[in-house]
Amino acid sequence: MKSILCISRHPPYSSALAREALETVLAAAAFDQPVNLLLMDEGIWQLTPAQQPEANKQKSLARNLSALEMFGVERVYAHHRSAVERGLNTEALCIDTVQWLNDEQVQQLIAQQDHLLSF
Amino acid sequence: MKFTLVILGAPYSDSASQTALAFAHAALANGHTIYRLFFYADGVHNATRLAAPPQDEHDLPASWQQFITEHQLDAVVCIAAALRRGLLDTTEAERYQKSGDNIAQGFELSGLGQLIEASAASDRVLTFGA
Repeated sequence: MKSILCISRHPPYSSALAREALETVLAAAAFDQPVNLLLMDEGIWQLTPAQQPEANKQKSLARNLSALEMFGVERVYAHHRSAVERGLNTEALCIDTVQWLNDEQVQQLIAQQDHLLSF
Repeated sequence: MKFTLVILGAPYSDSASQTALAFAHAALANGHTIYRLFFYADGVHNATRLAAPPQDEHDLPASWQQFITEHQLDAVVCIAAALRRGLLDTTEAERYQKSGDNIAQGFELSGLGQLIEASAASDRVLTFGA
């Protein structure tokens, strides 16, 4: 078994990368591979509460994020400095399974992985 | 070293595809093996056989196809990402009653499980284009 960390660095709806990163995490979990998701840079916008993508003819990504727990991905890691720099309120998010990591913890998380998939 | 390459960038709109192809050439030239090429997100557009770039420009999809055929590489295109973007093989064109198909020879439509399986089987997985 090899551990996979998907690093998602793009916002939820301006491109398909965030959705396709999440689908990769779900696929890995469905195949019982140890997998984690790290949101950083613009990727932290995926945690915004009260997303209304229907207005832009898109499906909710927040719903997929909250489905991760059911697939055995118990935590979603997120880079704290990315949120602070962008003014995202870390107390009001679309899911409650977020674990915030500082720079050093991000380094440690990355160092623990067999594979990184960067989206 | 056994590599799997994940290509996320479309030809021409993103340099990732060209970079990935150059890397793949260099890897083989240096005695490494490529376990799988996985075309995902906008990277699925590399699998088209209908690209018609101007004559003085590099035909990137054709270069991929030639490279894959020459080295008999396993080249998988994510089926969900491809169908959304209008990349179809004959089977899918028939299934969705579309008037044509455009996947080049050498590429195979399959699921994300192929990426997960390749990760388990490879020493390194490299993503290009995000």
